Amino acid sequence: MIDQLLGAVFAVVFGVGICFFYFIGTHYLLEVVFADVRSLQGGVLSRENLRNRLRPWLFLLPALLMLFVYLVYPVYETLRLSFHDFTGERFVGLKNYSWAVQDPELLQAIGNNAMWLVVVPLLSVFFGLLVAVLADRVWWGGFAKSMIFMPMAISFVGASVIWKFVYDFRGPDSEQIGSLNALVMLFGLEPEAWITIPFWNNFFLMIILIWIQTGFAMVILSAALRGVPEETLEAARIDGANEVHVFLKIMVPQIMSTILVVWTTITIIVLKIFDIVLAMTNGQWGTEVLANLMFDWMFRGGGDSGRGSAITLFIMIAVVPVMIWNIRRFRSEEES
Amino acid sequence: MSFRIPFLNLTLGRLLVHFSLMCLVMAWILPTMGLLISSFRDKDQLALTGWWTAFTTSTQNAYGRTGVAGEEFERDERYVLSGNFFEAGSKTIESYNTNFHKLDAYRAGQPLTMKDGSLFTLFQDGSYEWIAEKPFRHKRGKRIFYVAKVPPTFTLDNYVEVLNTEGISQSFINTFVVTIPATVIPITIAAFAAYAFAWMRFPGRQFLFVIVVGLLVVPLQMSLIPLLRIYNDIGRIFDVSGKSYPGIWLAHTGFGLPLAIYLLRNYMGTLPREIIESARIDGANHFQIFTKLVVPLSVPALASFTILQFLWVWNDLLVALVFLGKSDEQIVLTSKIRELLGSRGDNWEILTSSAFISIIVPLIVFFALQRFFVRGLVAGSVKGG
Repeated sequence: MIDQLLGAVFAVVFGVGICFFYFIGTHYLLEVVFADVRSLQGGVLSRENLRNRLRPWLFLLPALLMLFVYLVYPVYETLRLSFHDFTGERFVGLKNYSWAVQDPELLQAIGNNAMWLVVVPLLSVFFGLLVAVLADRVWWGGFAKSMIFMPMAISFVGASVIWKFVYDFRGPDSEQIGSLNALVMLFGLEPEAWITIPFWNNFFLMIILIWIQTGFAMVILSAALRGVPEETLEAARIDGANEVHVFLKIMVPQIMSTILVVWTTITIIVLKIFDIVLAMTNGQWGTEVLANLMFDWMFRGGGDSGRGSAITLFIMIAVVPVMIWNIRRFRSEEES
Repeated sequence: MSFRIPFLNLTLGRLLVHFSLMCLVMAWILPTMGLLISSFRDKDQLALTGWWTAFTTSTQNAYGRTGVAGEEFERDERYVLSGNFFEAGSKTIESYNTNFHKLDAYRAGQPLTMKDGSLFTLFQDGSYEWIAEKPFRHKRGKRIFYVAKVPPTFTLDNYVEVLNTEGISQSFINTFVVTIPATVIPITIAAFAAYAFAWMRFPGRQFLFVIVVGLLVVPLQMSLIPLLRIYNDIGRIFDVSGKSYPGIWLAHTGFGLPLAIYLLRNYMGTLPREIIESARIDGANHFQIFTKLVVPLSVPALASFTILQFLWVWNDLLVALVFLGKSDEQIVLTSKIRELLGSRGDNWEILTSSAFISIIVPLIVFFALQRFFVRGLVAGSVKGG
């Protein structure tokens, strides 16, 4: 145990140390190599300008290098691999794509991803908004928000264990220990093995992500709601609008841009959804999704980088509109 | 809406608000409560009854096996076989029978006459006495079915078991070894880059930052296959495994950098220009301004990102599955629990306690630093993707 701990501490110090060493090291190197020099006339020639021109690149170098190796180059390489066979060596043209559009598993994954894309952002935003509005009206709202927010800290795998326990199913003769089946029996219905019911099981998996993401939506929307001027709300109330009207006609339109941001953020998370499906069903019983199928092809039959890459590009294509929208929004913000 | 409950300043509408919010909160915390409570329950009880019964005395149907011929002793010229079905105090016998159809036939302490005329008695504490005129001849212990009351019991046994025999303690350390550098390295690299983007002049500044904004949403799935190939190639050249801790640190660094640079640059950009300019006039160079001035002023933003990245790395499964091995020296908690879900899927005592060990650290971080966490989320989202 002590060995493991010492090894761990050493690894941590080593990894972090190299990083600090670079920044401090290059700083002193710059000061020494391009130090001010004595000019021929005997005065001091300042090379500060030169140092100042080089310094930004020293600051940026590790970040740019990492971004290039870990994110930019892979986009190109994935594109290239998707036109090659499973070894990544032999060019096969569009074969991986023609396989993709006929593969029943992949079509199922695309269908399921589409369902996730509609249901999860919609319900997360709905519940998030509901809690944000309700919590502002009660004295224990802070506590309520904390509790709804808590699942954000829990891993998808941890959440999967939590919910697998909720959905647990024992044979019809033994006592049910899963909360959902106990609840169902309370209403006089038959217990079910929820995660194996085709089609509907997708929704039982989606509930897990909604459970996690509602807290996120709530926090962001709650901050936005606080920005809605109180006078506007008061004016509407004086004019005789009831609370529901105030909410729908004034609050929601005012925070529409924030709702859109939350929606797209959750959309990106949904597109990449992997852990929950892997841990709950591994894509069985009709629950396959793109990211899980892609992971599967990375290793299936020794790994097929061509098909895996082709599947990844379906995810990427879905992300591109959000990316363009983000860049446009950033540009317009910078200009204003 | 106008109906008022006397004394309490509550209208029906407000009551409805309290009630609906309470329902939502319950729905959100009960699943986690179920896991937490179950992890402290006795593993046999956990498998038989729902976690919501954990605080009540439960009724259990079970059976015990008597001793066999040869274990009896003589008393008053009769043969007595006695023993105990369970540890005294753990349960209380209500009733019993020799078959399981009429379990309530004999009350605890009430003697039962066997077919051969011998007398069997099961007492409340689980001890039994079987008295016969002739020596016993059965070679297999006879099954006695009983109904017992089981008091609620809570135990740390499940935790002791997973920490000692399931390798969870090693995974716990491994997770820290992955998480700490994978949090510190990106934040250091990003802080320098963010400062350059916010306060230094260089050609291509705007263009490069737009690329960072674009990279914010690139799915990390894009990177997996190409990086795995690079890692394996490097591993082959140096004749080492492609799966290593430095490998995963750098991967997490790469994936975390866009958000880190974006958040920190936005925050550093809001620092007052006069402070930085007056420091420059005083002759400080950018390295000094950065370390002595900007970093201390940016602590809130640094803290926010640190928490986001810490939680993200700690909770990650995908990157760990691809870039780390499954040996005891490398497997992290999420990966371990996913294995347990496959191999020990019905052993809820193991799953619940392992899962709780894996979520306790993020929960502590979360509740202790919720303010920074929320601020980071808001900054990362209201402005960007």
